[in-house]
Amino acid sequence: MIGQLNKNSKKLIRFILRRDRVRIPIWILAISLITIIIAPAFAEMFPTQQERMLMAQTMSNPAMIAMVGPGYGLDNYTVGAMMAHEMLLFTALAVAIMSIFLVVRHTRGDEERGRLELIRSLPVGRLSNLSATVTVSVVVNIILSLIIGFGLYALGIESMGLNGSLLYGAALGSVGILFTAVTAVFSQLSQSSRGAIGYSFAFLGICYLVRAVGDVGNEILSLISPLGLVLRSEVYVNNIWWPVFVVLGEAVAIILVAYYLNFKRDLQAGLIQPRPGRKDASPFLRSPFSLALRLMRSAIIAWSVGMLVLGMSYGSVLGDLEAFFESNELIKSMLPSSGQGFTLTEQFLTLLMSIISIFGTVPALQILLKLKGEEKRDRCEHLLAGAVSRTRLLAGFLVISIAVSIIMQFLTVLGLWAAGSIVMEQPISFSRMISAAFVYMPAMWTMIGLTVLLIGFYPKATGFVWLYLIFAFFVVYLGRALQLPEWTAELTPFGHIPQIPVDDMNFVTVSVLTVIAAVLSVFGFAGYNRRDIG
Amino acid sequence: MSVLKITNLTKKFGKFTALNRINFEMQKGEVYGFIGPNGAGKTTTIRVLLGILKATEGEASIFGMDAWRDAVEIHKRIAYVPGDVNLWGNLTGGEVIDLLVRLRGSNNKSRREQLIEKFDLDPSKKCRTYSKGNRQKVALISALASDADVYILDEPTSGLDPLMEKVFQECVFELKSRGKSILLSSHILSEVEKLCDKVSIIRQGKIIESGTLSELRHLTRTNVIVETKKPIEALDTVKGVHSLNRCNQGISMQVDTEELGNVIKYISEFDIVKLESFPLTLEELFIRHYK
Repeated sequence: MIGQLNKNSKKLIRFILRRDRVRIPIWILAISLITIIIAPAFAEMFPTQQERMLMAQTMSNPAMIAMVGPGYGLDNYTVGAMMAHEMLLFTALAVAIMSIFLVVRHTRGDEERGRLELIRSLPVGRLSNLSATVTVSVVVNIILSLIIGFGLYALGIESMGLNGSLLYGAALGSVGILFTAVTAVFSQLSQSSRGAIGYSFAFLGICYLVRAVGDVGNEILSLISPLGLVLRSEVYVNNIWWPVFVVLGEAVAIILVAYYLNFKRDLQAGLIQPRPGRKDASPFLRSPFSLALRLMRSAIIAWSVGMLVLGMSYGSVLGDLEAFFESNELIKSMLPSSGQGFTLTEQFLTLLMSIISIFGTVPALQILLKLKGEEKRDRCEHLLAGAVSRTRLLAGFLVISIAVSIIMQFLTVLGLWAAGSIVMEQPISFSRMISAAFVYMPAMWTMIGLTVLLIGFYPKATGFVWLYLIFAFFVVYLGRALQLPEWTAELTPFGHIPQIPVDDMNFVTVSVLTVIAAVLSVFGFAGYNRRDIG
Repeated sequence: MSVLKITNLTKKFGKFTALNRINFEMQKGEVYGFIGPNGAGKTTTIRVLLGILKATEGEASIFGMDAWRDAVEIHKRIAYVPGDVNLWGNLTGGEVIDLLVRLRGSNNKSRREQLIEKFDLDPSKKCRTYSKGNRQKVALISALASDADVYILDEPTSGLDPLMEKVFQECVFELKSRGKSILLSSHILSEVEKLCDKVSIIRQGKIIESGTLSELRHLTRTNVIVETKKPIEALDTVKGVHSLNRCNQGISMQVDTEELGNVIKYISEFDIVKLESFPLTLEELFIRHYK
């Protein structure tokens, strides 16, 4: 019976490997390379025990613990302890994501597209496809574990022995295998691959959050979350293996559930019925503006949360910065040169604000460029064939883009300030932070204006704004460290903004940039009103 | 009264001439067929009419207003169904119908419900799960539920099954009976034949034929099937005879309408047993033009 149900799964395994012969190696390579590169980078950046101790201090506040997990061996913060503390959780997330995509693609994904139907019409068992997919994913995770384990050991870093390195790999692999199992279950439950991916990611998010809450306050909660559990292996400090085996045991149990569900159900059926959507549109959905808002809703929410967390994570390290900077020449070199009379933290703040504004520009531009995407997919004609002028269409997207630029900047500062005032002895006031951040608005708007111009005249060249933004990031963020001349930064709007509080406010520059942004937009509108759509 | 008029319209994309000085005019209350093969310029013409593309030369006007300059004003009174319906994947069909109807500025809830029932659409599903036919239904329902004076339909039935095609035809007749004007682009000829008062045929950016269906047939040929006692000699040399074919019932041919009298006279000498004649279908017209 079992043989019948799994008939030909070996052939299917080969088939999956054939289809993913590029995809799988890329995942394995990317995750293991990043891990193996970061370890020596840590060793280089923090060569002395003293520097590492400072880092340990910076990392041991509740916000950081919530983000990266509890630190072990903080009193003797070796490179290994640092690696396990700061990298293990995030790498585990990447491995989980890899497993989710891999499993959905070959189970519900193939089923949804009707490819599995084709396979199942052949002499192939009912469970063969699931078996093949799970086998491939488990093997991929084992290979990844071994590569990372031996790879880290091969670096020859003193604090990273064979046992610890293999445990590091195994911790990652066990998370990957657990999420293989969880995703296999969700692929049985949900009727669409989007649904299966959504549920799996939601589960991953819950695991992360439960662990965050648990790590800060309640140890039991952390043990419930597999992500919390694997961190209890205290890699490179105490090297405890049992959490890995517990996670693997959980995975086996969950896989059995997936098999049972797959055995019971019909092809293309799901146990969770998709909720029927709205039969009518909400009264609000009646203009290009509300449509744009609706289309970008999830992206805006995700970015808002992301920027708030980004702000909080920067804020949570502000407390220990002074001591940390004093000892780190690299970061010192990145700060403005005119900073006499200001604390290093304040100088760091100016650098931070420029980076934050460049990050915050991304969602603002994404929203504008959504309009171009709509045009490319021939959906603008629905709108323009209605009683909608082009000006109104473009304006709808532009208004949201500008609003988003303001909201992102505000949320990041809010996070920065909230976390900063908890950890700093003398917190920087909210108004001071806001003015340091909002002085960058004209630079963000100039990028927005430029995008409007491109949409109006050269819609094919809109990719240029991304290159320009990446360029801005490099020259503004790394320019000083790389000792690039000042004018390179001034090629971007961000380089012209006065760095408050270190610089004085310069109303002329700020006004000129705002005017430039407005003029670019006006020209963009003129072009958009004149050209062919589609 | 003319509601839609195109005068010497030329549209170039770079060096490529998509439309070359085309002309046609639609009267109020007419159903106007616009036929041609793919890539002939049907959709380009319609997009110029919608003010989405700008004419290189010539004019396009609806309700006497300029299609480019007065687009918004015009669009309050027209409804449009694109040929290739692309919808927003994460909105439901019902939401899209409402949005599009509202963008035109009208709102007729009861007609919307009737149409959803008639076309048998589940409006609670996300558009990404719809097949081509269902996406087309969404666009059709939103157009038909709008209170418009002119309906511009670009190959509206290309994804519909025969049953739905019939529903669509009923809807068109109903619009016509209410005095609405409809521009219907199609390459489904039986549909144009059933629905349209007038037809323009476009090919490679040029209008090659325009007129009522009877006018067009007059320009062309008649199908004749004939059976005679004596074999007809040298029929292929007779002026005006084309597409000669021997079939079960005798000989079938196409005859130029102006030569019909002479041809019949010639044939009659061979003792006619059976003579059938019928107009060319649009299908045959089409094949002749695009060979």
